[in-house]
Formats: sequence, structure tokens, C-alpha cells
Amino acid sequence: MTKTINLTLKVWRQRNAEDKGGFETYQANNVSTDMSFLEMLDVVNEQLTLDGKEPIQFDNDCREGICGMCGCVVNGRAHGPQKATTLCQLHMRKFDDGDTIAIEPWRVKAFKLIRDLAVDRSAYDKIIQAGGFVSVNTGQASDASAMPIKQENAELAMDAAACIGCGACAAACPNASAMLFVSAKVSQLALLPQGKPEAAIRAIKMVRTMDLCGFGNCTNERECENACPKEIKITNIARLNREYIKASIGSSVM
Amino acid sequence: MQLDGKVPGGPLETKWDRHRFELKLVNAANKRKFNIIVVGTGLAGSSAAASLAELGYEVSVFCIQDSPRRAHSIAAQGGMNAAKNYTNDGDSVFRLFYDTIKGGDFRAREGNVYRLAQISNNIIDQCVAQGVPFARDYGGLLANRSFGGAQVSRTFYARGQTGQQLLLGAYSALSRQIGIGKVKMYTRREMMDLVLVDGHARGIVVRNLLNGEFETYAADAVVLATGGYGNVFFLSTNAVSCNVGAAFRAYRKGALFANPCFTQIHPTCIPVHGDFQSKLTLMSESLRNDGRVWVPRKQGDTRAPNDIPESDRLYYLEEKYPAFGNLVPRDVASRNAKEQCDKGLGVGTGRAVYLDFADAIKRDGKATVEKKYGNLFEMYERIVAEDPYQVPMMIYPASHYTMGGLWVDYNLMSNVPGLFVLGEANFSDHGANRLGASALMQGLGDGYFVIPYTIGGYLSQWYGKPKVKTDNPAFKESLDQVTQRKEKIMALKGKRTVENIHREMGLILWDNCGMARNEAGLTKAKDQIRALRDEFWQNCTVPGSDKDFNLAVEKAGRLADFLEFAEVMVMDALNRNESCGCHLREESQTEEGEALRKDDEYCYVAAWEYAGYGKDPVLNKEPLVFENVKLTQRSYK
Repeated sequence: MTKTINLTLKVWRQRNAEDKGGFETYQANNVSTDMSFLEMLDVVNEQLTLDGKEPIQFDNDCREGICGMCGCVVNGRAHGPQKATTLCQLHMRKFDDGDTIAIEPWRVKAFKLIRDLAVDRSAYDKIIQAGGFVSVNTGQASDASAMPIKQENAELAMDAAACIGCGACAAACPNASAMLFVSAKVSQLALLPQGKPEAAIRAIKMVRTMDLCGFGNCTNERECENACPKEIKITNIARLNREYIKASIGSSVM
Repeated sequence: MQLDGKVPGGPLETKWDRHRFELKLVNAANKRKFNIIVVGTGLAGSSAAASLAELGYEVSVFCIQDSPRRAHSIAAQGGMNAAKNYTNDGDSVFRLFYDTIKGGDFRAREGNVYRLAQISNNIIDQCVAQGVPFARDYGGLLANRSFGGAQVSRTFYARGQTGQQLLLGAYSALSRQIGIGKVKMYTRREMMDLVLVDGHARGIVVRNLLNGEFETYAADAVVLATGGYGNVFFLSTNAVSCNVGAAFRAYRKGALFANPCFTQIHPTCIPVHGDFQSKLTLMSESLRNDGRVWVPRKQGDTRAPNDIPESDRLYYLEEKYPAFGNLVPRDVASRNAKEQCDKGLGVGTGRAVYLDFADAIKRDGKATVEKKYGNLFEMYERIVAEDPYQVPMMIYPASHYTMGGLWVDYNLMSNVPGLFVLGEANFSDHGANRLGASALMQGLGDGYFVIPYTIGGYLSQWYGKPKVKTDNPAFKESLDQVTQRKEKIMALKGKRTVENIHREMGLILWDNCGMARNEAGLTKAKDQIRALRDEFWQNCTVPGSDKDFNLAVEKAGRLADFLEFAEVMVMDALNRNESCGCHLREESQTEEGEALRKDDEYCYVAAWEYAGYGKDPVLNKEPLVFENVKLTQRSYK
């Protein structure tokens, strides 16, 4: 049932990467439990604007859990308390009247802070640019059905391909590692015949770029899997490790 | 203005082939001497940028999000059509062409649509080669489904995330070109102006959203792939940042805006449930395959849906359209839902109808229903907190896609030479109504298989001529204009927020320029929009500074454009005194109250020309000629 609740928000405010930043406290009263988390922030921002104050800056776009643009740490958890849910799909009915909610940006060395809750995740794009593709030009494709793919592999590839690149995995990881993100793309393409010819070099290039961007290593904490709004499995990391080892031994790429 | 669609002559089947032969080529060594700007990284922009870079052109790409992978194509659920006929059920290029042109209510060009059907097969091939994990059957071959009332199974899909997977495929191709340095990628940039030199598109001015700085970029051609304008209604299934800005700035520089009143209202969205709501969520219309749509027969029936007996339920689609029932096309389903709610029979907030799966669950069992629709039911429950297995869903129509867009010829070039427009941003292929699973096809078709050919035809004339650089006075002039405008926006310190005014504009359009329109309502809406535009410039408030990352500044600029654009939309709707495609013009109905199209009066593209701020735009007409199909009235009785 719809009801309204009153909340205390502790929101990280920081003008830019050089600024020190800190928590500011806001009261959010009469919050409808039908609101999404971002709609709740919209309402707070409307009030801040009318009061002549600066609204809280946070990245968001599709608001239906697929673009991967939103995401904050809510009460210590990436994307908040609901499992398999992006922040834009989290509804206020998951909170109780009188709750205090701490809202912080992703804190990852490789994601430079832009302002307040918005961070720069271009490191993820750099990793894809290093090898997260099949090298096929437009026009080079053969008939779509020429190559049958075992249904099980197609399904596993789709599971991995569901990654939205939001950054929650790195934000949840104690080492700020991007292994779940990298492994999802490596797995998707390694599972499909189209991706096989480049599987080795892809794994190596993507992992090296990940290291260069300043992400940490995986120590099997499994926090990434827990935080992932698309439920990407850490078995993908095992598959990445296999590809990487195979590649390191057998490849001419150093 | 004389509009020439430049559709090649000859038989339909050979037009594109012949045109490709007749187009001048740019030889491989010369391609690297040409710079192309691509704005937008959805399916059309990403696929175009990647393909042009692969050919050897120097490409610069701009997007408003933090990464090209976020563009709103990513949210498309259902699938993508192609005329592969893998299911052997009677599909062909001609059938896909015919369905698309008929679905669009005969308001698109035959030549363009036929080409789209032809290249649909190449698109699927390309996506599979990129590693897009389409659904497969047990033999490992591609699976197909029937979609949106099509009588053949021609839709390829990747679970309910087809748009995401296709976009990530195009994004990966784009990323590969960025990685090897053939594409320069500029994220968090918003296009503020199109720069013309001697009448040709030669560059853009963008705002760097991180620090508010304006930047100028020059090129030999500009490609806009900036999506649709559905957010003009405020509430829509579009992403928050979708806007008309880039297309509208091009319009102000002389590009014609075609058929702006052609917008698609999707019938199966989750209803609005509060004033705070920021967006609407669409659920795949495949739900109507098994769900039954109904409202209570009596006004003010406050009983819980499961307590309302069969005899007190009005299954209005099944009663009114016995042959098609709940599977009538999108526009008919949407309009009838609104009609029932207008009669006071709506449920929930009064702006919703039931979509009931009780019979399907009884007939096929819960497990079967779950297998088909499990993810949609889960999505519904997440948002509404009701279990659709127990209680009927509530649905209501919402703005979803815009068929109108910048006018382009067969080469996808606007009337401004050197300005190409792809995907939802152009008006090209969907006429007055888009068929399900066709948007993805058109976006990728334009980007992968049309623009790589047609842009060469334009560029070839410029070989060896002096290059335009950003020190050209046209850039300075444009920069001055956008700076003045920004200062005007930053000076707004009134009492209403941008959202508040945007919401009001959306309601004006939804009530008067949505699924059903009439002259009185449209005339009133035009005045209301003008008044609201004055209110914006007098009483809006924009917080913070334009030198920081500040989303409020972006939103204010976009609203200012929408407030001007809304009037063009209303003018177009006023002009088109016929019911066509997605909309019903109340003055134009059959005796049975169905939509009446008027081919003798309105079989043309309405292309609007900017005439100055506050002035009525000028109407230009491109007559539509049909040589291969017979114009028929749709009937679903």
C-alpha cells in the first residue's frame, strides 16, 4: 500500500575532484513509498532549487535499469539494499519511516569524482576499446544462420552480456577491482565461435588495460557478484582466468 | 521550397542497386582526407561512426552521456525484424516492405521503405558476426517470434533486451575504432548549434557538460543521430536526457522538420501513479497475446478487480473488434483505453485499464505464463508492488517513439547540404505509425548500410577544395549566439523549477496533441504553449553555476527548445485534418467512429521551415507517390 515516510538523508557533497567534500544532512519528508530512489532525490532537488541552494548532482538516464548510468552507495551498499536492482529501480517502500540514509559516490581509484555523486567511469570504456569486440568490419559478415551455436552457450553468453557497465562491481570490491566487468565481456565472446579467434589476445589486452587504469586485483571476496544489479556470476572470472592463462602460455602476445 | 526526395527511378527492386552504382565513390586513399562529425551514439550513430571509420574516414563522435554505451536504444526490449524467412512462413523482402508501409498508414516513401526491407537481412548477419547473443533454438539456429501483430515470425531477439545487445554490438565496433585512433570520442558533450558555411553543414558547437565550456568542431559533413522528441510530453518511456535540442538547432538553421505531430503512444505501459513520477516504463506488447483488457461496466465501481463478476466487466477490445480482439494495433489499443478512461471507467487513479492474465493462467497453467512473461511480471511487481499472477495488471498508454523528425531525401541528407540525419531523428521510414521491432532495424540500417554509401556521393564533390576550419567567422557567430542564450538562461531566477514547467507543457500536449486531437483543442494548446514559454523566460529558476557539472543548466536549455518545438508540433497537427496512423483527428472519423484517412488531401510529407522566433513556421509539402502498393483503409473489425 502507498504511504508516506519521513527520512533523514546524509548526502556526499563535493564540488569537484580537488574539493575535500563531506556529508550534508537533508530532511526528506512525506516521501511516497511508490517513488523510486531517484524520484525521491528529484523531490529533494526541487526543494533545494526553490530554496536557492544547489541541487545534488547524480548521473542517471533511462530510469529503467538498463543504461547503467545511475548508481551510488546507499547505506554502504552499491545500488542500495535490494538485490539485483539498480538504484533507479529501487523503490522507497524498501525503507521505513524515520530511517537515516547515507548516500555516497562510487569510491574507486580508477573512477575520478566529478561532482557530488557523479564519477568518471571512462576507464570501463578504455577496457572495451582495448579488446572487448570481435574484429569484423561492416559488410564482412556471412549469413546469420551459417554458424549454429549450442543453445546452452548462447544462453551463457547472454547471461554475461547482460552487464550494464554501471561500475557497482568495482565499487563493491574491497580492492576496487574491475574483474567482474572484464570477465563478463571476455566470457561472452569466448563462449561464441565468432569471438574465438581473438579470445587469447582479447583477455590479455583487456586485463592489461584494467591494470593500467588503476583497478585492483581479484581476491575472491565475491562482493561484486552480490552487488551486481544484473546478477553477473563470478564463474565468469574463473573463465577469464582460464582464457588469460591459456593466452599467456600459448600466445605470441607479451 | 521545392522538395525533392531524390528517389531513384526504375523498378522498386533495383532502385538501391542502381543508386549505389550511380553514386560517386571516394577512393580509399582519399577517404582519410575527409572529417565527419557524428552526433549521438545510439544504434544509428554508433553503427554509422564505426562503419565510416572502417572505410577510412576521420570521424569525431559526440554524446551527452558519460559513455556511448548509454544511449537510449539500449532500452528497446522486443526485437528486430528482418526478412530472412528462416521460418518458411511466407515472409519476403516485399512483404516486410508492404507491412511497414501499410503499418505507417501510407505516409512514407516507397523507395526508402523498400531499401530498409532489403538491407534488413544484412543487419542480422552483421550483428551475429559481432557476437550479439540472439536467442537460438535447440539446433543452435536463430530463433524467431511473431511480434506486434505481424502474421509472420520475422523478429530476432535477445531475451527482453534486444536493444541493449544490438547497441553493445555497435558500441563494440565503435570502441574498436576508438581504440585504433580512427574515431575521436567526445562524451558528456551536448550539441548547441549547427554551423553552416556557404549554406553547407560544416561543423557544430557543443557544450562540455563537465565544465560548461563551449567547444567548436569543423568537418566536411555532419551526421545527426540524436533520437526522438518523445520527452516533449514530459512523461514518456524515453530516458531523462532524450531531447529535441540537436534536431531543433538544425531546424533553426534551415533544416526542415517533417511530420512532427506523428508520435507513437504505446498501449502497454505502467500507469502514472503520482505527481512526482519522472518516467513511464513500457512493458512489451507481447503481453496482449495472452492478457485480456477490461474495465468495469459501471462508473465508480470501487470493488477490487477480482471481486467484480464477469457480467460487470467490459472487455471493450474484444466486444468492439471481435476479429482482432486484444491484438488490435498499438494506436487502436491506446485510443480505446483513453476513451474508456475519458468515460469515467478507468481504474486505479482513473487513468488505467486492467490487463488480466487469470484466463491464461487457468488455461495454460502458471508455469507456462511465467515462462513467457516472467521477466515482465517481475518488472511490474518491482514498480507497482502488486503480483500480476494474483491481481490484474494495470496499464495505460504512454509516449514511446516519434515518427516525425528532420526531413531527409533518399540519401538521408536533409535540405541543408552536408547534414545527414539517421535513425529516430529523421522522419524517413515509418510514416504515421511504426511497426513493432522496426526501430532497431531502421537505426542500424541507416548506420551500417545506407550512410556509408550515400555520404561518399556528397563528399566526392569536395575533393581538393579548401577545408573549413573553426577560425571561420561562422563559428564565432554561432558561439556568440549560444553564449548569449546561455547567459539568458543563467539569469533566470524566478519561482518555478524547470521540471515544474516541463510537466505543465507535457500535460498540454498530452491532452490536446496526443492520441486524439481536434481543432479547438489544438488552437487552445498553441496559445497555452506560447503563454508557458513567456512564463519560462520570466519565472523559471536555474540554480548553481554554468562553470560546474550542473545538470540543471542542461535541462533548462532543453526545455527552452521543447517549448519552441511544441508549437511546431501543434501547428502540424492543426494542419493535418485527417486521422492517420497513430492519431485520431476527431473531425475525421467514419460513421462507426473509426479513423478516417484522407488520401486526396493529405497524402504528403509536411515539412516545416523555421521563420524566426515566435513566428509561424512555413509549410512545405512533399507529395507521396505510390506505384507499387494500393492505398487501403485499415480495418480491424
